Amino acid sequence: MKKKKFNSLERTESRTAWIMMAPALIVLAVVAVYPILRTFWLSFHQMQLTDPGSGYPFIGLKNYIDIFRDSRALESIGFTLKFTVTTVVFELLIGFTAALIMNKAFKGRGIVRAAILIPWAIPTSVSALMWKFIYNDQYGLFNDILYKLGVIDSYKAWLSTADGSFMALVITDIWKTAPYMALLILAGLQMISESLYESAKIDGANAVQRLLFVTLPNVKSTVMVALLFRTLDAFRVFDLVSVMTGGANKTESVSLYAYNNLMKFLDFGYGSAMAVMIFVIVFIISLLYMRAMGDQLSE
Amino acid sequence: MNKKLRKNVKNILFYLFVIVFVGIIVLPFIWQFLTSLKPMSEISAIPAKWIPSKINVQFYFNVFQKHPFAKYLINSLVVATCTTFLSILIGASAAYALGRLRFKGKKFMMMAILSISMFPTIATLSPIYLLLKQLNLLNTYAGLVIPYITFALPLSIWLLTNFFSQLPRGFEEAAAIDGCSRIGTFFRIMLPLIKPAIFSVALIVFINAWNEYIYALTFMTDDMMRTVPVGIAMFPSNYEMPWGDMAAASVIVTVPLIVMVLIFQKKIIAGLTTGGIKE
Repeated sequence: MKKKKFNSLERTESRTAWIMMAPALIVLAVVAVYPILRTFWLSFHQMQLTDPGSGYPFIGLKNYIDIFRDSRALESIGFTLKFTVTTVVFELLIGFTAALIMNKAFKGRGIVRAAILIPWAIPTSVSALMWKFIYNDQYGLFNDILYKLGVIDSYKAWLSTADGSFMALVITDIWKTAPYMALLILAGLQMISESLYESAKIDGANAVQRLLFVTLPNVKSTVMVALLFRTLDAFRVFDLVSVMTGGANKTESVSLYAYNNLMKFLDFGYGSAMAVMIFVIVFIISLLYMRAMGDQLSE
Repeated sequence: MNKKLRKNVKNILFYLFVIVFVGIIVLPFIWQFLTSLKPMSEISAIPAKWIPSKINVQFYFNVFQKHPFAKYLINSLVVATCTTFLSILIGASAAYALGRLRFKGKKFMMMAILSISMFPTIATLSPIYLLLKQLNLLNTYAGLVIPYITFALPLSIWLLTNFFSQLPRGFEEAAAIDGCSRIGTFFRIMLPLIKPAIFSVALIVFINAWNEYIYALTFMTDDMMRTVPVGIAMFPSNYEMPWGDMAAASVIVTVPLIVMVLIFQKKIIAGLTTGGIKE
């Protein structure tokens, strides 16, 4: 009798939950799930908007096979992977170091935290323009500072070589997100209880051991989540590349090339296939991270 | 004595690090600000000239006279505000259900919502473009708010769920004893309790919507309908790079954000750090 009543209570709770989620689920189905399914559908069709007479026939996997024959597509994948790995590694190292150093109460902490948030808060296109001017070959700040420090012996046209452009994009991305990374990791560090460090000290652990056996295991899930989001963001990079180099000098990211196929060449079939590929890679990256994290992410 | 000296050196090194760290972060802004006030000739000075010899505000006038920048600001404001309002309106009740009610399939729903928030924008671009074109919604506010919901709604739900699940359990039981239904509890007790968190989430969603680039670039092709991030990026023409105008425009966009961050930094950080970290 008692058990039955409990069950029905549970059932009402469950029904209430679905009613309360219904509006959001319906909206997400329309604005997110439907479009993504439609992108899959488009990717199996030959669809050139410039050629509506073709009737947009079904062509199976041809668009996907074309990706592997298209050297520009392969180069964009290569660039994006290189960009993702480089930026994420540097952002993690810088963010983690900064967080470890600043993990204590000090004067001016509020100002530091506010300063950290500003690069995160401004539009990427604005920071890309700011840095583009800094990298200017004649009157940019970058040349000026490096020349005065004696690092370079003459002004360089950073954005007109492949290596220079890559470095410029990486530095700008690190500038914008390493502070944010530091902030997230700092929040994780602050949740580690002081007593853990105290008992480690009593047990005779030195600073390095405390870092390895107290700090790292306790901050691992925070770092993994931050890494996951950063990896996905870096892999989808579009605004930064589009505004700073426009994809010149071998800096075309996959998103930018997919965008060009869609909106410049109006090849919706091929562009959609590239978009699906990006989606699948993002999905795989997430799965790998989630496996590494185990059940830490959700309840 | 020796110990004190060591402590002092350590302190000096620490503050040196903090100053360099913050210095690198703010240097581009300072440079941009100084550039926006320089006379034309000093922008292209070689070697670079840091401090302008006289203050020139012409670029600030240019921003509004040569470009429809005021319209860009209004467009961004309208779109970001509507997006934030709608996604919290629709998302709050879902977040309550996910954060506090027991039901089957909860974990799956959380994962689904998180996955949708990770959708690459480019992956939904073509169908949404075709749809908006068909509905004649390109170059309209609704035509940008609808696609923005794709990332703003899952983000709002995800962040709010975390805030809801942090509230102590007792509230609902007390409300149930007083004869309040679940939905009544949500409106009368939970929403008022979570007000500060809603504000944090709103700030983050607003900033995300304000900064969005690909959708705005694709769906707002009419110059008068562009948002700020795209509008600024369109300043350069084939003939010239208007560095002064771009610097002034970036200052105009950045200053309100800096003020906002200074005032609300605690709220923003509370929102950002609750999202990813399991308590």
